[in-house]
Amino acid sequence: MVQKLKSPAVFFFTGALLIFALVQFLIETGRLNAYWQTILFWGAAMTMVSLGLNLIYGFNGQFSLGQFGFYALGAYTSADITWRWVRGDPSGLVVVIGGSILALLFMWGVASFLKRFYGVSVFTEFVFHAFATVAGFAIAVKYLRPLLGPAVYSFIQSLPEPVGRQIVFFLALLGGTAIAGIVSFLFGIPVLTLGSDYLGIATLGFTIIVKVLLDNSDTILPFPEMKGARGMVGIPKWTTWPWVFVCFMFVVLFMRNLLHSSVGRAIVSIKEDERAAALMGIDVARTKILAFVVGSVFAGLAGGIRAHDQGFLHPTMFGFLPSFNPLIIVVFGGLGSMTGTIITGFFWVFLLEGVLRLVLPTGFENWRYVIYPLVLLLLMLLRPQGLMGRYEIPFLRQTYPPVRKAAEAKA
Amino acid sequence: MASPEVFVQQILNGIQLGFLYALIALGYTMVYGIIRLINFAHGDVFMVGAMTSFFAISAMELHRWPFKLWPGINNTAGTLLGSITVIILSMITCSLLAVTIERFAYRPLRAMPRIAALITAIGVSFFLEYFGALPFVYTNNYITYPRPFELTVLRAEDIPPWALGLVSGLFLTTLTTYFVLNGLGNRGNSKAALLRHNPVIQFFLYLGGLLTLILSLVVVLPSSGIIKWDLTISNVMLVIMSISVFLVVALQYIVTRTKVGKAMRASAYDKPTSRLMGINVDYVIAITFAIGGALAGAGGVLYAIAFKRIHHLMGILPGLKAFISAVLGGIGSIPGALVGSLTIGMAEVLSAGVISSPMRDAVAFSLLIIILLIRPQGIFGEAPGEKV
Repeated sequence: MVQKLKSPAVFFFTGALLIFALVQFLIETGRLNAYWQTILFWGAAMTMVSLGLNLIYGFNGQFSLGQFGFYALGAYTSADITWRWVRGDPSGLVVVIGGSILALLFMWGVASFLKRFYGVSVFTEFVFHAFATVAGFAIAVKYLRPLLGPAVYSFIQSLPEPVGRQIVFFLALLGGTAIAGIVSFLFGIPVLTLGSDYLGIATLGFTIIVKVLLDNSDTILPFPEMKGARGMVGIPKWTTWPWVFVCFMFVVLFMRNLLHSSVGRAIVSIKEDERAAALMGIDVARTKILAFVVGSVFAGLAGGIRAHDQGFLHPTMFGFLPSFNPLIIVVFGGLGSMTGTIITGFFWVFLLEGVLRLVLPTGFENWRYVIYPLVLLLLMLLRPQGLMGRYEIPFLRQTYPPVRKAAEAKA
Repeated sequence: MASPEVFVQQILNGIQLGFLYALIALGYTMVYGIIRLINFAHGDVFMVGAMTSFFAISAMELHRWPFKLWPGINNTAGTLLGSITVIILSMITCSLLAVTIERFAYRPLRAMPRIAALITAIGVSFFLEYFGALPFVYTNNYITYPRPFELTVLRAEDIPPWALGLVSGLFLTTLTTYFVLNGLGNRGNSKAALLRHNPVIQFFLYLGGLLTLILSLVVVLPSSGIIKWDLTISNVMLVIMSISVFLVVALQYIVTRTKVGKAMRASAYDKPTSRLMGINVDYVIAITFAIGGALAGAGGVLYAIAFKRIHHLMGILPGLKAFISAVLGGIGSIPGALVGSLTIGMAEVLSAGVISSPMRDAVAFSLLIIILLIRPQGIFGEAPGEKV
């Protein structure tokens, strides 16, 4: 039975499809050149990262500066998978996907084992989960790679080339998000117990640690193809508009549906008052970790998209200065407003990387970063609640159950 | 690590780095303690301090002024006077800059949510960095810093015995004085109890203790044949140590003894009530920024003297590490900032020696995360009160 769609949903999906068709048309007819296409895809990726941060900070109230660390993890993981694949080496795919599945299975086992005990300390929980993860990936490297690698490779090679490529790209994106999710889960267990500013500093530390590790990926870590501080080149450029659109819609719809569920209400309630939420029977620690992991997964997905659009990755792309971008976008758009984040995310990349680069004469690119802080200052002074405040378009707006409305009307 | 000798040498280098971080960390810790703002622009104030001194030295030759004024002046005295002028100039510039930043970027947002001030702090930080990168300001290349005085590496035989005797004598005298006063104070002599925390006594106690330790490691132990290490210290390290200790003690004096310091502590504790008690909180906050900026300026000059290369982005990582040292030591506490900075400095230098030099940032931040997990309020911090 087909359920009758409500009008906001009809509007939303029609609008989304129209935008999709319009952009696809412009690309096919060649009116949207490669430069603006890159800006558009970059904007989508940045918006996905910022939406993740908005879920963590805007909706759940956890001040995190680690979003770019997960973005980097997702980007490098998926890039590594496809880099190896196009050079005839399926090990990246097998290890990441197989290892993630094994690690998740082990973690599930650990979680159900730990559930039998009361008052398990955070440290113990972390150590058990970390051990499960390491064991999962170790098994994947040691046994799955020689066992499954050739079979997977010959199977996908036997498919028609475009189909195989799409499958590999899908799996690479999945691998990037899986790594981002697993690492954020492990990191989140101990760190989310900290208070707001300390959490911010710890997550900032995470970003910097990831950056340093990427700088040394060819010397300290065993990934010579990442080339450390020289930057990873030769990533296949497989990102296309349909992929960007599908991933973006996935992020928006997933986040919207999550926030509209009872879990989403728990997430928002933790932001409003953690203690009251705990008294109402919400598992605060678990809900925080859930929001953190989902936000980081979005960042990992965006990383995969961005890596395969640009074809080149460099650790400074994920360094200290750019890592404030999602925070700035989220605060500008309005904390706790998906609409605001989406608008400012695209607008920010469009303005800073698109327009200002073209408007300013050559040799004056650095002026962008002199003007930009002044805009930042002015906007914060004039509109500290963000451009959109807490406004949402009707489809994303949360409608409360009728009981609540009746109670409000009475009061 | 190759040998215990290298290990001890690295610890000495770590002390130097730690004292530099301490100068920045004090500004962070005071600002955070009073308005709960992570002042990301502080690292760039530090950079401006280094750049100001660069211009003062290279363009204005300010460090040569005693030689121009009194041609017959003793070389040491002239250099000392000139260098102190340069440092003071940087301190004044940076404190003015910090006060300006506070006035225009943070004060209008004081009633707003804290995130707004954090975003403007990031904005100010970007502005200072990229304004500096413009070709007519500092350019975005590395600049070689002309030291106002030459770096000389001191070996055991270079240090005259009288200096050693003087330092240890001073240390022993202050130590004795301290204990005498302490004893008197414990018996109820209130004057002695006050006097034992006198800044002069504190200064010689800390600096003398450290110097005695280091000099005995470098000079006494090898010459008496107990150890056969060839350790070196530089005059820059001694200068950094003494200026840092001096500024820390001066700061401790200001915060604990003067009226402004009392007002600072009151405002940090409870702003509305301090206002009711007649404290001008805005003025107190401006003073805090001025002191923090001055310390960062001094830190910038000393950093440039020690490492000889300056850059428009040089403030980011030292600033961050200073902040994590402040968090490590317990934010809002001055001795905590010092201890945290020394810890981070040593951890960094040792990890550069043991693992590899690029891993030092990762090690510093991992240390922070681990300490935060074990003791979230930091080493010297007080446990946060329960807010219901």
